[in-house]
Amino acid sequence: MINQLSWKVGGQQGEGIESTGEIFSIALNRLGYYLYGYRHFSSRIKGGHTNNKIRVSTSQIRSISDDLDILVAFDQETIDLNYKELHDKGIMIADAKFDPKQPEDTNAALFAVPFTEIATELGTSLMKNMVAVGATCAVLNLDIKVFEEVVQEIFGRKGQQVVDKNMEAIQAGFDFMKGKLSDDVELMELEKADGLKRLFMIGNDAIALGALAGGCRFMAAYPITPASEIMEYLIKKLPALGGSVIQTEDEIAAVTMAIGANYAGVRSLTASAGPGLSLKMEAIGLSGITETPLVIVDTQRGGPSTGLPTKQEQSDLMAMIYGTHGEIPKIVLAPSTVQEAFYDTAEAFNLAEEYQCPVIILSDLQLSLGKQTVEPLDFSKVEIRRGKLVTEELPEIENKGYFKRFEVTEDGVSPRVIPGMKNGIHHVTGVEHDETGKPSESAANRNAQMDKRFRKVENIRFNTPVHKNAPHEEADLLIVGFNSTRGAIEEAMSRLEQDGIKVNHAQVRLIHPFPTDELLPLVKTAKKVAVVENNATGQLANIMKMNVGHAEKVYKLLKYDGNPFLPHEIHTKCKELF
Amino acid sequence: MATFKDFRNNVKPNWCPGCGDFSVQAAIQRAAANVGLEPENLAVVSGIGCSGRISGYINSYGFHGIHGRSLPIAQGVKMANRDLTVIASGGDGDGFAIGMGHTIHAIRRNVNITYIVMDNQIYGLTKGQTSPRSAAGFKTKSTPQGSIEQAISPMEMALTAGATFVAQSFSTDLKDLTALIEAGIKHDGFSLINVFSPCVTYNKVNTYDWFKENLTKLSDVEGYDHSSREMAMQTLMKHSGLVTGLIYQDTERKSYQELLSGYSETPLSKADLELDQAHFDKLAAEFM
Ligand SMILES: Cc1ncc(C[n+]2csc(CCOP(=O)(O)OP(=O)(O)O)c2C)c(N)n1
Ligand code: SF4
Ligand SMILES: [Mg+2]
Repeated sequence: MINQLSWKVGGQQGEGIESTGEIFSIALNRLGYYLYGYRHFSSRIKGGHTNNKIRVSTSQIRSISDDLDILVAFDQETIDLNYKELHDKGIMIADAKFDPKQPEDTNAALFAVPFTEIATELGTSLMKNMVAVGATCAVLNLDIKVFEEVVQEIFGRKGQQVVDKNMEAIQAGFDFMKGKLSDDVELMELEKADGLKRLFMIGNDAIALGALAGGCRFMAAYPITPASEIMEYLIKKLPALGGSVIQTEDEIAAVTMAIGANYAGVRSLTASAGPGLSLKMEAIGLSGITETPLVIVDTQRGGPSTGLPTKQEQSDLMAMIYGTHGEIPKIVLAPSTVQEAFYDTAEAFNLAEEYQCPVIILSDLQLSLGKQTVEPLDFSKVEIRRGKLVTEELPEIENKGYFKRFEVTEDGVSPRVIPGMKNGIHHVTGVEHDETGKPSESAANRNAQMDKRFRKVENIRFNTPVHKNAPHEEADLLIVGFNSTRGAIEEAMSRLEQDGIKVNHAQVRLIHPFPTDELLPLVKTAKKVAVVENNATGQLANIMKMNVGHAEKVYKLLKYDGNPFLPHEIHTKCKELF
Repeated sequence: MATFKDFRNNVKPNWCPGCGDFSVQAAIQRAAANVGLEPENLAVVSGIGCSGRISGYINSYGFHGIHGRSLPIAQGVKMANRDLTVIASGGDGDGFAIGMGHTIHAIRRNVNITYIVMDNQIYGLTKGQTSPRSAAGFKTKSTPQGSIEQAISPMEMALTAGATFVAQSFSTDLKDLTALIEAGIKHDGFSLINVFSPCVTYNKVNTYDWFKENLTKLSDVEGYDHSSREMAMQTLMKHSGLVTGLIYQDTERKSYQELLSGYSETPLSKADLELDQAHFDKLAAEFM
């Protein structure tokens, strides 16, 4: 019996690789296993190698595994590109149709199963995925009954006959493979899971659901990988709440439309990836100087320009902190798990209204698209706080005076009224302005308004600015990361501990304003600090050095080849530091 | 009921004496009063340029945004509160150069707002460079040899983009302009009103006199029918776009908001932000 398994299915894009992985995962998730998926794909719809790697475990995991147990291949390219990941006792199950060839330098066993032929005999070659799922079950010694429910849900609309045929295909794949497995092949039987119901979702689902829960009722966006799922989800769900999503002509329209809607009192979202964020920069400054709440999601991918559009990278950090000309208060959050993506998105709408500034939720491709098992979300933790939004009637203002929308206050936050309110009329402008919003270039006013705006974020309240797992008062090593690197760091950390190295871990969740006070004690008490990030220049490490100091202890652990970190990579590189 | 004086504030415009934009400001104030608005129910969103300052000169909610983006901001405001009357406004550079993409898409989207362009065929605020509305041969600081690019025809462009309300006016025709803005506000959909609003400082060619000589009123064109797109197109072409009046109106097509399924009939800004637990549980269950 094993407690975790790593399974990969690969083939040409457009061949149903996705759905094969999907069916397999949903069924196992429902049995109570924890899953973590990684999609390798490119920016085209048909053709080109794609694969879906799924890790199954009896305990929570948040990283891709180092190696592979089973590789299901629909073409030779899948074998050639991926067999090296298989360990010695790994198994390849390949469609007999393409006459699969065993690579020389591996002990992993190759089994040719006529996926296509079996499926065609049963009615249509489209069901070859099902045959492959069945063949996998034989290796796992898994009762194919577990797929009945999922197959019913997916194909039920098409009639019972289609459902039955698909189940037959799974059965046939199972039977064929079982017949091929000789006694000397070790089955990979998973320990029984707890059977508890958990969510199975991608980070973008959680962001979108978090937005709904957090009171978002309008979104304006322009499609881009890996952000589009957020708008696609909200397009389905917002109409039931009276809201809507507009697919705009570009990202500048998206962000400015969201600014307009926020200004007029509706919690509004826009989401994009790096290229879109580049276009939104001027508007982010507008939100800053006009103190208009705004929530933006940046799902990072490989840059610059179109870069590596379907690959993992974390290289927008500096742009998100410093991007836009001039200086504005801004909040940048970086959830490190799907759960956090949910809670942080909901909370982002509170922060945006409380501090009346742009809030950027930073995600990365692996967090946004990696489908995984998620513990139930606690909706009771979501609050709606609207800050200094004025809802009660206002007194009349003499002589057409304007409402002091930008009143200089102690905490820097001014009362906010929205259009439609009687006696609340004021002007809003991106030009420097006085307390009522009228343009003013006087030096004294400039200082008063700049200082007021920055005062707002001096003491921002955010629940957990840093996720800490710091068992040691004095550590040999502090590992720091942000966004999706958390899982790989956690696994590396436990291996380093086994090697006798004392490790603390900090995953930064509030990127800006930087939580120096939270990190400083951890840095001080560590001999060395390794900052793990998917970029080439060490952006987080540089920000750490700038804010926390102790530059001499800080080591950059970087990966920018488009792929997420594997636990063993972090483990090895950290060990080399000692 | 509010009068046009209620839409005046106590800010003194910083436009040059004689600038066409003064009359546009007055016309908006009059039209707002004439259609029975209260100042708090009007939002004027403007771009950047001399013209863009207009949102600060009207006693209403006003949002002066960034160059070329008044339209998406204005559409966002309207989506958030369908009970507000929303006017977007700005210059010819704002709407037909940097913001052209938004102009075309706002036209085809047909959100129920009114867009007023103060068209002076030049960049005023940046002190006299060519605009996409400058005629070929027009000499400016950025085209010392005369512009070698073709001027765009915003009215024809609007018609081809599927506009449901297209009008043009001249800033000195205060009465006509006011009436057109009223009609634009009342139109259920996107209304585009291009106003020839002379820049007395930097445009010495397209002056008040020049417009008086060259403009044709559509009310003087015999048999003109503003429900005919074909006639609108032909008339514009015949007069090189130099016509004033209501050029085209389609009263059949529904506005974006009327067509949008599920869209709240009451202002979205008043919606309850809390989901109930059962609703949330249902959403979460879809991921199991
Ligand atoms: C992104 C950006 N680019 C350039 C400018 C500089 N700018 C301000 S107004 C303007 C053009 C104004 O021309 P127009 O829109 O015709 O308005 P007018 O001043 O003529 O009323 C320019 C180029 C700016 N503010 N923002
Ligand atoms: S420069 Fe031209 S457009 Fe600007 S205020 Fe003066 S006259 Fe008007
Ligand atoms: Mg101009």
